[in-house]
Amino acid sequence: MPDTLFAYILHSEGKIDDTALELITAAEKIDPDRPAVAVVFGNGGELEAVCGELAASYQEVWKIDNPALAHQNAEIIRGLLCRILPEKSTILLPHEHFGMDLCPGLSVKLDAAYLPDVVDIEGIADGKLKAVREEYSGQVSTHIQGDISGGAVITLRPGLFPADESRGQSGQVVDKTEAAFQGETPGSSRRFIEIVEAEAGDIDITKSDILISVGRGIEDEENLDIVNKLAKLMGGDVSCSRPIVDAKWLEKSRQVGTSGQTVKPKVYLALGISGSFQHMGGIKGAPFVVAVNKNAKAPVFQQADIGVVADILDFVPKLTEKISEMKG
Amino acid sequence: MEILVCVKRVPDTAENEIEINRDGTGIQQDDLVYSVNEWDNYAVEEAIQIRDNVGGTVTVLSVGDEDSEEVLRREMAMGADNGILLSDPALIDSDGRGVASAIKAAVDKGSYDLILTGAQADDGAGQVGGMLAAMLDWPYASLVSAIEILDDKKLKVGREISGGNLEMNEIDLPCVLSIQTGINEPRYVGIRGIRKVASMEIPVQGVSDLGISPDSVGSAGAKVNRMDYFVPELGEGAEMLEGSTDEILDKLAELLKSKGGIK
Repeated sequence: MPDTLFAYILHSEGKIDDTALELITAAEKIDPDRPAVAVVFGNGGELEAVCGELAASYQEVWKIDNPALAHQNAEIIRGLLCRILPEKSTILLPHEHFGMDLCPGLSVKLDAAYLPDVVDIEGIADGKLKAVREEYSGQVSTHIQGDISGGAVITLRPGLFPADESRGQSGQVVDKTEAAFQGETPGSSRRFIEIVEAEAGDIDITKSDILISVGRGIEDEENLDIVNKLAKLMGGDVSCSRPIVDAKWLEKSRQVGTSGQTVKPKVYLALGISGSFQHMGGIKGAPFVVAVNKNAKAPVFQQADIGVVADILDFVPKLTEKISEMKG
Repeated sequence: MEILVCVKRVPDTAENEIEINRDGTGIQQDDLVYSVNEWDNYAVEEAIQIRDNVGGTVTVLSVGDEDSEEVLRREMAMGADNGILLSDPALIDSDGRGVASAIKAAVDKGSYDLILTGAQADDGAGQVGGMLAAMLDWPYASLVSAIEILDDKKLKVGREISGGNLEMNEIDLPCVLSIQTGINEPRYVGIRGIRKVASMEIPVQGVSDLGISPDSVGSAGAKVNRMDYFVPELGEGAEMLEGSTDEILDKLAELLKSKGGIK
């Protein structure tokens, strides 16, 4: 069992992130007997509100409160964590942009094992933590084992561990600000300037009921016509996965996924989209999902309701024709 | 600016159906189409553009077996000036830390201002760049999708965060950045380009050249080991429509209509 287990809490605008309660479940799978301690960085009233919310779910909450933490800078936080985490600690974080920024370097500085983007935890045997990851764009899974005797940094894929909603604690909030800062802010060779918000597009796909979403399988910009025609006929809007935006064939505002838009349609057509977790993570509200992909192993088929193995360049024009006939 | 870009040879998952071998120890290698990791290709393009803008050299480095030479050569055909291959039996089955420590040793032998990696590769871990930066005590920024050179001491970088927003930071040189796809449009490499660099020498360095102990890397030095590959049972998955194309189209059109997918 790890000596001490911590859960790093993300929050914004005074509210805890969904992952804050998922980490409780993950921590129980590592050590069912000793609950994780929440550790949360922030500033002022927002941090107070977050700590209040956390105390309902965690027995112990460590807060670090300083104006320098109003925007979370991975380099500063790494220095502070190294000061306050006891030796051989295991710390859990969500695998998202902040975790990816902080954790590889944190594991080096703590001289701890790094287990990134874990999708399941099987428990500890012979002093080693056994966990599950995915490789090759989610086409296959692997068991990994990490020697956590010297501590570990573990990032967990958001949305896979059920949130512990029991809120049965009346936890204690411990102020670790002094211990973290020791009278000075760790210097940072990377300085936050500002957040530049994404530009709004011509269509707000977050409001669409029917999304015809296109991915790499479209192969060429010119082929987008077949998708536009289908969308027009169905009365839906065209959205896409990341490679289409990377190729500059559609605007960023049309991209569904964790680094793009979160959509809540009733019907979602995934055309030539492999279905990475970053893409599927942007689809909420349990829509009816139809996937068409020529690769039968594409992970999108694990999450779709209906699947068709076909080349979209052949299939989509035929589907358009079919629906056109049906509409008369 | 002296720029090092770390690249990896990976199976192209958009083109391949990955199958696990019989005993679950690896994937079936036969008939796989390999290419340079997509994120790395954007990193190389970015490095070439920076060099063309401010001068300097671009060196591409890969950790892998002799087949990795082909991706180094491909990136040299794109415009990288030099290639280095870190290859040694002792490096096989290294964890992220092992790979990063081998690269760190190579960095110490050179003189670089900027190191770029792809934001992630085929294992989705996205770990080597951040580890390398921590080992070098250089600043790090992940998921970078915009770079502006401010002067010879610092850059302005945009990190891609949630919702398509960018977190803008100033970062001191030397530094390590992990590059997100879409930051640029990587140039096309033709057969001709590859022929041009066919005779350029790519030095191969092993652990003794790098001055690292064989026990500190590979499976011996790894804190994290892969035990097996498997295909998870994920419940039902999609109902796959089968039959003739006409049958599939009939059924799908009906389903879409009944679910409100046709207005």
